Amino acid sequence: MTDLLYSETEDDLRATVRALLADRAGHQVLLDRIETDDPYVPGLWKSLAGDIGAAGLLVPEKLGGQGASHREAAVVLEELGRAVTPLPYLTSAVVATETLLGLAGEGGGPAVELLAELASGRKVAVLAVPLSTAPDAEPFPPGAPEAGPSPSAASDAGPLPASTVAGVADAVAADVLLVPRADGLYAVPAEEATVEPQTPLDLTRPLARVTTRPGTGTRLADGDAARTAVRRGLLAGAGLLASEQLGLAERCLEETVRYTRERHQFNRPVGSFQALKHRMAQLWLDVVGARAAARAAADALATGSPDAPLTVAVAQAYCSKVAVRAAEECVQLHGGIGMTWEHPAHLALKRAKSDQIALGSTGRHQDAIAALMDLPAPA
Amino acid sequence: MTDAEELRSRVRQLLAEHPPATTDRTDFLKARFDAGLAWVHYPVGLGGLDAPRALQAVVDAELAAAGAPDNDPRRIGIGLGMAAPTLLAYGSEEVKSRFLRPLWVGEEVWCQLFSEPGAGSDLAALGTRAVRDGEDWVIDGQKVWTSSAHIARWAILIARTDPDAPKHRGITYFVCDMTDPGVEVRPLRQITGEAEFNEVFLTGVRIPDAHRLGEVGDGWRVAQTTLMNERVSIGGARIPREGGMIGKLATTWRERPELRTHELHRRLLDLWVDAEVARLTGERLRQQLVAGQPGPEGSAMKLGFARLNQAISGLEVELLGDEGLLYGEWEMRRPELVDFTGRDAGYRYLRSKGNSIEGGTSEVLLNIVAERVLGLPPEPRNDKDVAWKDLAR
Repeated sequence: MTDLLYSETEDDLRATVRALLADRAGHQVLLDRIETDDPYVPGLWKSLAGDIGAAGLLVPEKLGGQGASHREAAVVLEELGRAVTPLPYLTSAVVATETLLGLAGEGGGPAVELLAELASGRKVAVLAVPLSTAPDAEPFPPGAPEAGPSPSAASDAGPLPASTVAGVADAVAADVLLVPRADGLYAVPAEEATVEPQTPLDLTRPLARVTTRPGTGTRLADGDAARTAVRRGLLAGAGLLASEQLGLAERCLEETVRYTRERHQFNRPVGSFQALKHRMAQLWLDVVGARAAARAAADALATGSPDAPLTVAVAQAYCSKVAVRAAEECVQLHGGIGMTWEHPAHLALKRAKSDQIALGSTGRHQDAIAALMDLPAPA
Repeated sequence: MTDAEELRSRVRQLLAEHPPATTDRTDFLKARFDAGLAWVHYPVGLGGLDAPRALQAVVDAELAAAGAPDNDPRRIGIGLGMAAPTLLAYGSEEVKSRFLRPLWVGEEVWCQLFSEPGAGSDLAALGTRAVRDGEDWVIDGQKVWTSSAHIARWAILIARTDPDAPKHRGITYFVCDMTDPGVEVRPLRQITGEAEFNEVFLTGVRIPDAHRLGEVGDGWRVAQTTLMNERVSIGGARIPREGGMIGKLATTWRERPELRTHELHRRLLDLWVDAEVARLTGERLRQQLVAGQPGPEGSAMKLGFARLNQAISGLEVELLGDEGLLYGEWEMRRPELVDFTGRDAGYRYLRSKGNSIEGGTSEVLLNIVAERVLGLPPEPRNDKDVAWKDLAR
């Protein structure tokens, strides 16, 4: 049976993460950081990933992790979403980690070594695909096999051109890039790649153009195994992104309720006007639904349920909308103050809108549902 | 403390002594009530065992597996969901033992005489009078939107006993005998063509004081018990994926490819997602109740289902095109049961309009969520300290 509640362990983890973020990554800290070239709060990754052990939640203990599950990682993401924290958690601790876990079945090897480094938080890795890539997308380029480090694989066609992927989230923080190439998945050290920052809509999740040259890096897996692993990584990412969206939506609603209770106009708190109350109550209903959907996705991933692709698509199709609506309502119901750079509402709006596109758009996830549930489009 | 194992053994004993295959339905239900297996969280002697409410699921599953008859909770929904918890909380011992067993068994159907033509969302403005006369109260007034009044044996009734008090403080709560000669039930034909609701005229109806629930003038507080239970009465049942109206729409979509358009496809998927999330929300609420962590989400369910049912059934009529222009039949019937998903798409569309009105309008429920869950300030009110008789009507 799908468990949609939170365990005591999960509640404890939430409290720990929330306290850390309140202490170190408050709104003013974030507003100050986004004015610099580097939005990440110094030392925060080490505290969350290393000291608390959050980076290794998905990794079994024998591979150097915490041996927890997607349920716990989802709670961490709820908190990161609440605080709109710039950290490479979704990209490294979920998508890259889950991709490597998909390759770790074979025993040792470079994937397992890298996994242990990610789990401890010593290294950050990101999958070098656009942030918008859906779980059922095909991120592997067609074409000739890699003119790779193995001499037997050398191509007659001469050296291949370097390949570039734009919109790679958190690449600027990565030590290692997981690069899909025609013949498999490669781990490329960041110093062997070119990472050019792009200007993102979401200032708290940096994007970059990543260029890698053939022949660099270590091949982790060949075509089919690599495809399966990457799909697994993206599915976990999409499923747990719903928890980030839930946390963000919940915080936006709380802040809006708090503000409209205090703000007086026409000699009344504006939150006493029915037109506004109904909008906030409706948003609360949406958040209640988002929690059920996000929990279902986290639980389906944690238990390896065959229902996971559907549950993840449902959570994404729903939670994306709720997060955007909550952030938009937050801006609107704060009035003019909601339009200012000083007020943090814009950070949430930019994250929510960017999250709506991340890891598959609403329409893309709906198409997945249509296929899985036999609800076909017109012929 | 009763545990699941003890309950299972009680169920086995009940089944052994009253084999469902050879026992009359009503006799079986009476035996189940007397064994304390009707609603296990009720007191011993009143159909229960003082057991945790969550264990009811154990009993229900065992009995269903054995093919035992159930008490058709839909037919007696008002009695089970609203009258019973109020009788339990406020009834005398005599009242409880007189009413609860026939209520649960389904021998006696209940209805609810609350709403009036001038008191709907503002229920506390009601004007039906109750005047003390010796050991009785004499009731005069009119009620409306009364489901099941035409088959009910008993009613829960709120009436004004002190017109000089502010509206919330002058109300008293009674059990009304629907066979009293002063009770007249008239069908109220509605949007679907059916008469599922009724108007109820009360003229000199005599109610013994022993059938008063709670103190004189305290009826509003008693009614809160009823209304809270009305909104929490979901929870027990688990809904399968595509249960409810979305299943009807999805089936039509699969079986009728000629009806499909891209625009309808997008809207179908939007609603499919919303319905699946509503199902998961209901499941989460159920798990919270079982775990003893009841949350305020109960009020979310009714709001969500009302909106969804309306949108889904509306889309279904559109999808059907030429067929959607037709309607099954307009003949006036007086159904004993409301079947929200039954009949045809047009009926579902029209009946679902009631989902956002009955049992508290969506607007009132949104106010409740805003004020009690989110803690937003109430709207200013000018009726709280004014005597009911001085209010504008």
